[in-house]
Amino acid sequence: MNIIFRLAWRNIWRHPRRTWLTAGAMVFSNVLLVFMISLQVGMYAMMIDNTLQLFSGHMQVQAPGYNDEQKMRQIVPDVVPLADKLRRSLGIDTVAARAWAFGLVSSEERTYGVGVFGVEPEFEPKVSNIPGLVESGRYLSDSNANEVVLGAVLARNLRVGVGDELTLLGSGRDGSFAAAILTVVGIFESGITDVDRNFAEIPLAYFQETFYMDGAGHQVVINGASLDEAKLLEPKVKALLPADEDLVVLDWDALQPGLKQMIQADMSSAFFMYFILVILVAFSVLNTQLMSVLERTHEFGVALALGLSAGRLGRLVLLETAMMGLLGLVLGVICGALVTYWVSINGFAYPGMDEMAAMFNLPDRMYPRVTLLSLSLGPSVVFLFTLLAAIYPAIRLRRLHPVEAMRAN
Amino acid sequence: MRMLPVLFRLAWRYLWRNHRRTLIMVGAITVGAWAMIFMTSLTRGMVDQMVKDGISVLPGHVQVHNPDYLDDPSIANRLPYTDTELQQMFANDKFRAWASRVRVPAVVSSERESRGVTLLGIDPAAERAFSFVDYDAVEGRFLDGPDDSGIVIGKELADTLETGVGKRIVLMSQDPDNDIADRGFRIVGLFTANMPNFEKSYVFVGKHTAQEFLHMGDTTTEAVFLGDDYRNVEPTWERVSAAVDGGVVVSRWYEIDTYLGAMLKVMDGFVLVWVVVIFLALSFGLVNTLVMAVFERIREIGLMLALGMKPSSILGQIIIESMLLLLVGLTLGNLLAWATVVPLEGGIDISVVAKGMEMFGSGSVLYPKLMLKDVILADVVVLVLGFFASLSPAWRASRYEPVEAITKVE
Repeated sequence: MNIIFRLAWRNIWRHPRRTWLTAGAMVFSNVLLVFMISLQVGMYAMMIDNTLQLFSGHMQVQAPGYNDEQKMRQIVPDVVPLADKLRRSLGIDTVAARAWAFGLVSSEERTYGVGVFGVEPEFEPKVSNIPGLVESGRYLSDSNANEVVLGAVLARNLRVGVGDELTLLGSGRDGSFAAAILTVVGIFESGITDVDRNFAEIPLAYFQETFYMDGAGHQVVINGASLDEAKLLEPKVKALLPADEDLVVLDWDALQPGLKQMIQADMSSAFFMYFILVILVAFSVLNTQLMSVLERTHEFGVALALGLSAGRLGRLVLLETAMMGLLGLVLGVICGALVTYWVSINGFAYPGMDEMAAMFNLPDRMYPRVTLLSLSLGPSVVFLFTLLAAIYPAIRLRRLHPVEAMRAN
Repeated sequence: MRMLPVLFRLAWRYLWRNHRRTLIMVGAITVGAWAMIFMTSLTRGMVDQMVKDGISVLPGHVQVHNPDYLDDPSIANRLPYTDTELQQMFANDKFRAWASRVRVPAVVSSERESRGVTLLGIDPAAERAFSFVDYDAVEGRFLDGPDDSGIVIGKELADTLETGVGKRIVLMSQDPDNDIADRGFRIVGLFTANMPNFEKSYVFVGKHTAQEFLHMGDTTTEAVFLGDDYRNVEPTWERVSAAVDGGVVVSRWYEIDTYLGAMLKVMDGFVLVWVVVIFLALSFGLVNTLVMAVFERIREIGLMLALGMKPSSILGQIIIESMLLLLVGLTLGNLLAWATVVPLEGGIDISVVAKGMEMFGSGSVLYPKLMLKDVILADVVVLVLGFFASLSPAWRASRYEPVEAITKVE
């Protein structure tokens, strides 16, 4: 076996320039694939994190249909005791009850329609990053207080600051008129205009009183330590729901169906491009290996005449290809990892990207994430196609006739 | 120069001497060119559709607002002109279409639910050119004039509010004195739109009805103008700017929807990056092919040189060979791209990921768009870069010492 290896190794270095060019094609696409896939992995993770930590969390308990329709009467009854029970039974404190209503908020000068969340001041900071984004004033503290925290753009448009009063008008759970006077205690700034323009948070108990909720709410948000852990919590949460109530547990892709589909759409167009790249590399390899077989016709003829089987010669060609492929693979992964690692520290920006990034809750710089998968996926597919490309040249060997082959050249 | 026809014939014959190698390379170039153009036409089509959809809601290519309106879209920040003044200002200018309208945030309530919406007070006749509403698919009827007292809302919104044609809903919004104006409207029609989100967010009433309801006299909050091409809005912008005074801002659509504007720019960049990446992947094979082609005929090259052929002719011959190779591949690739894009121009249904595409701001049908500009860009980039890539092997071929080359044994 050893001699075959040595033979193959020597053969690929007969034309160093050709071998380097072919391996160069592999290195080029491997570097690109490693970088792009790492960038995608990083981007998707960031997109999911940033979107989920605003409001939706990893998982929610809701009434069936609430996620699509958000109707006032699609309630979770006794929402605070339920959240308490989940916290105790699961042994985690990243559980928070919420209610949501649409209302009109008026200051002295302006009136805007906004989404108003009723939240548990004590637990909301554990499931959402909004409380941490309060730029001026403070977050809510008392569940019964008539306080409100609102987005920076909304505050600016309403022309209010911390300490000012607002009136809130809406309709309660039973359709009756709901009204409240609230004091602005804090203003949050997420940097996402839509969020900063359209939301306000008030304490849950006060919300329930104002909107005649009778102890009910609309969602219980549950976060795991990570998305994967949240998956494991799901059956436990299901088991803990009161049996007599019609409630559902929705995981993040049910809560944000658009997010997953967007990632899928983005992935399929990216994979189309990667596939083309791989195909082009395969062409390059096919060309090289076919040339290398054809120019050795005479030599192979001699080998056949000496009693070597065509199958063995075919394996030799495949082995040569595999060696070249490995060269491209190793160099490609190393260079790709280096480039990607450098960018993962310094970030990556593209002109015009910041405006687009904001749309998807992303910062203006992207940081690729180097993982085992992102390092190996692209290069191994390239390697596989490299081997596939050598099959045709290897098969052609079988058609060689020793005497004719020796006459060639 | 006299040599040129001869060199062409030589190059062409050399190309087919090793037909397998040439065919493989032509195959690679064909796939590459096809992928360049096909992918570009898909993204072009998507962005084109997004911008068109976007402009239909924005709407218009050029818009006139009160300077404070864009950040604070309140009725307090309406246009400083009366509608009559506006009509006079633009009466003599010929735009493809223009309209003035009332556009303010409002709350709509049925007996069941309340939602925040954008209220559009429009003159239906003037809006036809702008709107994202599919007029043929309106359930019930659309507004019949600026004085129509009914309201038209989206189907999705009607579902949420649990209401329908003939039912009454209440609109609430702020009037100029920050009192809350409210009024009941009868739903006369339900519209459908390309994107579900639009159906949830917009309601239409007659312009005069809205002005009366909001106590705003003869004023409006915006005027919108449509030019001939969304990619070139400057002529429209200049004409509108010339007609108004300093009390308002005149904006181009991409200044208002920066996401779409950025998208358009990023896509232009993307097309170029994609073409160059594909070319680089191809270039290794191309150079390799040329190196081999030179290598296997070193002796012939030596002989030609010895017989008095100029080195520049050898150089030219190799470059012509490379260009011919690229041309054949590009031609096939272009034809293949054309043959695959044209049947798909009726639209590709990608509704499996409709919600995701909506987050991009795109509808769920993709209409590929073959643009001559992109095809030319791809072909020119490949030929120009291909020329430079073949310089090195061609140069080396032309520098051989005749005697050494002739006596070279493999």
